[in-house]
Amino acid sequence: MNKNLTHLQQLEAESIHILREVVSEFSNPVMLYSIGKDSAVMLHLARKAFYPAPPPFPLLHVDTTWKFREMIQFRDRMAAECGLDLIVHVNEEGVRQGVSPFTHGALYTDIMKTEGLKQALDRYKFDAAFGGARRDEEKSRAKERIFSFRSANHRWDPKDQRPELWKLYNTRIKPGESIRVFPISNWTELDVWQYIHLEQIPIVPLYYAAVRPVVERDGMLIMVDDERLELKPGETVQYKSVRFRTLGCYPLTAAVESEANTLPQIIQEMLLTRTSERQGRMIDHDSAGSMEKKKQEGYF
Amino acid sequence: MAHQSELIEQDILAYLKSHEEKTLLRFITCGSVDDGKSTLIGRLLWDSKMVFEDQLVSLEADSKKVGTQGGAIDYALLMDGLQAEREQGITIDVAYRYFSTERRKFIVADTPGHEQYTRNMVTGASTAQVAIILVDARKGLLTQTRRHSFLVSLVGIRHIVLAVNKMDLIDFDEKKFEAIRQDYGQFAASLGFGDITAIPLSALNGDNMIEPSANTPWYTGQTLMNYLESVQIEGEDREKPFRMPVQWVNRPNLDFRGFCGVIAAGTIRPGDELRVASSGRTSRVARIVTMDGDLPEATAGQAITLTLVDEIDVSRGDMLTVPDAPPIHARHPEAHLVWMHDEPLQPGQIYLVKTATAVTPGRVTAVPYAVDVNTLEQKQVPTLGLNEIGVVRLELDRPIAFDTYQQNRDTGSFILIDRFSNATVAAGMVIAAAPMEPQNAPLTGFGPDLTDAQGGLPRQISLSEASISGTGVSVVDLTGEWGSIEFDVSTSFLDYLGKGNRILFRLRDLAQLAAVAQLAYQQTLSFEFDRTAYGVSILLFKRGIRSASSVSGDDGIGI
Repeated sequence: MNKNLTHLQQLEAESIHILREVVSEFSNPVMLYSIGKDSAVMLHLARKAFYPAPPPFPLLHVDTTWKFREMIQFRDRMAAECGLDLIVHVNEEGVRQGVSPFTHGALYTDIMKTEGLKQALDRYKFDAAFGGARRDEEKSRAKERIFSFRSANHRWDPKDQRPELWKLYNTRIKPGESIRVFPISNWTELDVWQYIHLEQIPIVPLYYAAVRPVVERDGMLIMVDDERLELKPGETVQYKSVRFRTLGCYPLTAAVESEANTLPQIIQEMLLTRTSERQGRMIDHDSAGSMEKKKQEGYF
Repeated sequence: MAHQSELIEQDILAYLKSHEEKTLLRFITCGSVDDGKSTLIGRLLWDSKMVFEDQLVSLEADSKKVGTQGGAIDYALLMDGLQAEREQGITIDVAYRYFSTERRKFIVADTPGHEQYTRNMVTGASTAQVAIILVDARKGLLTQTRRHSFLVSLVGIRHIVLAVNKMDLIDFDEKKFEAIRQDYGQFAASLGFGDITAIPLSALNGDNMIEPSANTPWYTGQTLMNYLESVQIEGEDREKPFRMPVQWVNRPNLDFRGFCGVIAAGTIRPGDELRVASSGRTSRVARIVTMDGDLPEATAGQAITLTLVDEIDVSRGDMLTVPDAPPIHARHPEAHLVWMHDEPLQPGQIYLVKTATAVTPGRVTAVPYAVDVNTLEQKQVPTLGLNEIGVVRLELDRPIAFDTYQQNRDTGSFILIDRFSNATVAAGMVIAAAPMEPQNAPLTGFGPDLTDAQGGLPRQISLSEASISGTGVSVVDLTGEWGSIEFDVSTSFLDYLGKGNRILFRLRDLAQLAAVAQLAYQQTLSFEFDRTAYGVSILLFKRGIRSASSVSGDDGIGI
């Protein structure tokens, strides 16, 4: 083995080191599992890090109740296959109040995702939570540490982050405080896809093109995943070959028209388009710095 | 994102195959807001086609709104992440950027050039293999150029690009470029860089960024991108003696006991003999276990799990090494320390010292000197404040295994954590296992000899408010005093000690100790004695008082 390690081998080693560090130093870690491709890679790395043992922490999914049905099926299958406990948390208060992406706009994300996440972290008293965020996704993420400190109120203070040097991560917290850990911080979208390809990591079928029912709304294609999507005047359900570059709540996640139904085709399409992946997520569009605000308030 | 578009379109599998072989290069850019640093990185991202259309739309909008290029594309805005910073027009923290070409993936640490943020630069540089030092061609080398270069050398970066930017503003003048290059070569000679590559650039206009510029026909060297794609990063870590800090012990059942860690140096194969640094016990590697099957070999940089033939005691915090070239295993290392917190270092106070795997309580027992990052001169200081760098001696609760930083960045580095606030307060780099032996002449005149050699009266040293410099520790330098001394103490000086502040006396010789001891006797004070390669010092303080300027006491441990 006289060759240099490839970039993916180096990224993999870095991520595994981070995963092991958390398990060594925290008493009650959890992995935030969002079912998307980044979560898929993170879960795969966790299996590698602790092999032959299963990853010694549960998966947590904060379910807004508006996820694609195929995501939920995939989630349950993966947890069972990996031998991991799966905690599904729903903000019941939000459900009781009838909070939905159609009626509550930006507030919906705050209540069902951010609040739901805080509830779950408080309830189970997790002291460390893995997230699949990458620094190349969005500007405010570029400056976030791999081990990102959160106050007892789950707030992130971008002006008071701990310096992070070498591979030495400061894992010390006081009771009630926690750390969000991003093992794939240094991966790009292409790295993630390439790794999925090389390692043959299973992903939700929604990433592959298929004929699906969609409506065109505000210039985006929204999939009609269940009967809760009410058509507005003038909207009609069309059947188009579409796929998703990113997965979230179906009424907020735009599909792209595509014929790519193999992994290499998906990567090909990704490389040839010049639109960054988060554009499909409406959450970033509110205002400049919107993600930074959300993160300060506790959004992952 | 359309580099290699043709190959992607025609043969995606071939493209993917070629990209599996890419290597990774981490580099840092150093320069001030005005040197065009953000523009330079923005331009690299732009030219390597890493800017997406929607980012372009927002970049155009932002350029009109807050840009500094009169509405034209302001590449710097690609870099300035956080909103508050954007409004101030400066970057204030470490940000990481990613781009790739056909040959390499790059991770760029972007750090501010602003004076008070030395800690950010050290942070960004700690993982970098190459540093790009930006110089404004109109201004040449500045104080900050020297500062950045020193920091980069301190953190062990061996490959330097001297990016002489804004060449368009000096009409691409070869002579001026050459003068800057030579100036820098002279200045950097003592910093121990492996190589320095000077490139004349205009980041804004793209000269010598990707393609050779027609404006600099006299320059025959590499463009910046050529350099980044081809610079040879030593794979020499794998040739060094094997080191693996044990990060986690994997015990899923009674039959399996695996030791997990990232190999910090060397190469390992089943059958190789290994030694546990703390106990000296040895065993042989049985298997290198992965989810994809056992490996015949593993090398520096890989995260592995290995099992041993014998059941010997190994736990997190240990280091597995080759038997014939073990690491240092010691309690009193000497190190470079970069102080990163508003609260200054409290010598004598317990901190947590985190190394590659172990967290050990320890304290700084002496600060032989600090380095002025602007002049590189050594200076005597009582302690280290924010962004100050010095040589310190540590005393750890128990011996730990490490290498010198020069030998290995992973096993020679550590951070200091405040036990009470949990803040990361300092970054350290081990220089040696123990302080060097004193080179100076043997100490003479030990003993309470209060009269001067000439038989005159002792010299009176006045200790008053004038001797006090701020809160924490004040220094009284007696190394310039010859002959016997005694102290004249003011009430305000005693009040100062009564509030938990300390006085560090630097002694010329042991005869002066008697005067300090007498002062301690008369005023019911305590002191701690320290002898280093740099001399003798006495820390004078009042016992049982919470140390000033700190939320934490020292719990009666030590001083």
